[in-house]
Amino acid sequence: MAAKTLTIDGRQITAEEGATVLQAASEAGINIPTLCHLEGLYDVGACRLCLIEVAGVPKLLPACTTKVAEGIEIKTDSERLRKYRRMTLELLFAERNHVCAACVSNGSCELQTLACSQGMDHVRYDYLFPKWNVDPTHELFGMDHNRCVLCTRCVRVCWHIEGAGTKNVAGRGTKAHIITDLNMPWGDSDSCTKCGKCVQACPTGALFHKGATVAEMRRDRSRLEFLVTAREKKEWITAD
Amino acid sequence: MSKRIVIDPVTRIEGHAKISIFVDASGNVAAAEFHVVEFRGFEKFCEGRPYTEMPAITQRICGICPISHTLASAKAGDALMAVRIPPAADKLRRLLNLGQIVQSHALSFFHLSAPDFLLGWETAPAQRNVFGLISANAGLARAGIRLRQFGQEIIEILAGQKIHPAWAVPGGVRSPLSQEGRERIRAWLPEAFATTQVAFDLWKKTMETHQREIQIFGNFPSLFMGLVAPDGTWEHHGGKLRFTDSSGSIIADQIEVSRYAEFIGEAVQNSSYLKSPYYLPLGFPAGIYRVGPLARLNVCEQMGVPKADAELKQFKKLGCGAVTSSFLYHYARLIEILAALEYIERSLDDAELSSDCLRADAGINSLRGVGASEAPRGTLFHDYTVDRNGLLQKVNLIVSTGQNNLAMNQTVAQIARHYVKGGAGAIPEPMLNRIEHGIRCYDPCLSCSTHAVGQMPLHVRLIAPDGKVLGEVTRG
Ligand code: SF4
Ligand code: SF4
Ligand code: FES
Repeated sequence: MAAKTLTIDGRQITAEEGATVLQAASEAGINIPTLCHLEGLYDVGACRLCLIEVAGVPKLLPACTTKVAEGIEIKTDSERLRKYRRMTLELLFAERNHVCAACVSNGSCELQTLACSQGMDHVRYDYLFPKWNVDPTHELFGMDHNRCVLCTRCVRVCWHIEGAGTKNVAGRGTKAHIITDLNMPWGDSDSCTKCGKCVQACPTGALFHKGATVAEMRRDRSRLEFLVTAREKKEWITAD
Repeated sequence: MSKRIVIDPVTRIEGHAKISIFVDASGNVAAAEFHVVEFRGFEKFCEGRPYTEMPAITQRICGICPISHTLASAKAGDALMAVRIPPAADKLRRLLNLGQIVQSHALSFFHLSAPDFLLGWETAPAQRNVFGLISANAGLARAGIRLRQFGQEIIEILAGQKIHPAWAVPGGVRSPLSQEGRERIRAWLPEAFATTQVAFDLWKKTMETHQREIQIFGNFPSLFMGLVAPDGTWEHHGGKLRFTDSSGSIIADQIEVSRYAEFIGEAVQNSSYLKSPYYLPLGFPAGIYRVGPLARLNVCEQMGVPKADAELKQFKKLGCGAVTSSFLYHYARLIEILAALEYIERSLDDAELSSDCLRADAGINSLRGVGASEAPRGTLFHDYTVDRNGLLQKVNLIVSTGQNNLAMNQTVAQIARHYVKGGAGAIPEPMLNRIEHGIRCYDPCLSCSTHAVGQMPLHVRLIAPDGKVLGEVTRG
């Protein structure tokens, strides 16, 4: 594959054709904040936290779904980008009910970590205080819609790594939400294999192990990467 | 017919303690009401949440005693799971509660109350606080602050954070006591004992000079309630309920905490947002009972540790039957600090505190669970009803300050009676300091009560039988 040369934050970088700006940046050790991206899953550009500025393009573009191109100049950090990232985070917080102090993911939550690192010290928008419920019907796991950011990591991992296709998105706008099968209680799902990959993939406290108390969720993403690598490199397929 | 002096919750001023003093037609005090406005409607807020979150949610109810809420909540969780938690977990929770008792009582005694009785009632409010105490007796003030730190240190060692730790969980606790933590506690203990001794010496002198206060600061017959061990020994986390009357007789004993509703009724008074619990068999308001240090010492037969038991003997001599003066809450607090220190010392040689068998695992096995624990201020109940999946359907909390509400009213009335006599409705200045202290005897868990710096903000109104405001004072 041909190599492309581009500039990120004033640095000359070469990346493989077909790579995303996010991949190119991370290979060069440049950190771009992300939320819906998860190593091992294909990207959908849902959260807009990885927005970058591309010289000559008036719009901001998501780094996770923008492919590298010869000669493009990219900025991953600017006053404008910081402003948008903060705004995006504030909207995520305003849209659902986040009570970190009582949350299973307090201290290990990607949303919370982003809010801290991006200097989001308050929310300027009116909280919507929507009425979302908790689905505690599954034998092993629980889902609290109040904390979901609709990153769809659980959906993608369920369809494309586990292959169960249990998790889906229903509804539009602020009504959009994650469902199991044809919108039934998780505990009634026939397709769920109870593998727990969605729980491992979730960046927030929305999916959790049942019985987990405050700040008790610690997720191990390396297991997902392990599976993906094993599949891509055909590690489990013997030669003969 | 009666008139009243009011601190009104309707016209309330944020952070002020509101007090109404009712006077009769001849201008003498008939009754008083201390309006507690602190309750935050948490019970509704929790509905629909998983019970596993409750130790963390409920410890936000009150910034003053988060540990007590987290412990009562974890116990209610144990009951929902219908498990017996590992013995090590029980011991560790107890150690945490002892740390909480020490830190809370030290704060109450040294920071909040001692300035009043050491510096004197007529000392200007600007001096009658912990800073005044520091300039009058720096050694004592410092020792008191250190004693509180000792309690906080235990909490920090066990639970990792001084405020709002989510360490006690349904089924047990999250981590054991480290060897290093054990040694840190051990090294600090001698100093904590020495400070407590100084406090006792000081208190005994105070009792000699404060006979009048003992007589009028909430000295009245009432019932007392607290947890006791099966043999009647002092309890703080575990055991069953006992009620005694002012003659010292046991009127109900070894009641499972889950049966509290058969013995405790809750009256809702318009004047207060807090429910006023009373002993159900006697009705309202005859069933008035007190909780907290004074009550725990009245209901128990012994502390179970030698030094505190020697003090308990002297304490019990102060009453015929029960000790009925709320001014002696201070004394009871010191005895509990001493007992806590002795229990802490005893537990330090227990290898089980390092065990890694700390948490029982189970689903929902009971749809209702009640947990009770002795908070520094008195027995605290958490009562949860859940669905099959552990989502809360109903939450009822009975907090210590609520249980003392009726007693606080009587205390204020008793003090006021000595200052308001057939007058034209003036609110005498010396009365305010004493009412403030009368409330402080109970160490109520209200934000206004913990103004360590300066006086408690008060809003007092004196109201006539026809509802006319005769006098009104806002202070602080
Ligand atoms: S999901 Fe994250 S941001 Fe939301 S409440 Fe939990 S810790 Fe806070
Ligand atoms: S449940 Fe978690 S992983 Fe799934 S969409 Fe919501 S936040 Fe993302
Ligand atoms: S990480 Fe790129 S849009 Fe979410």
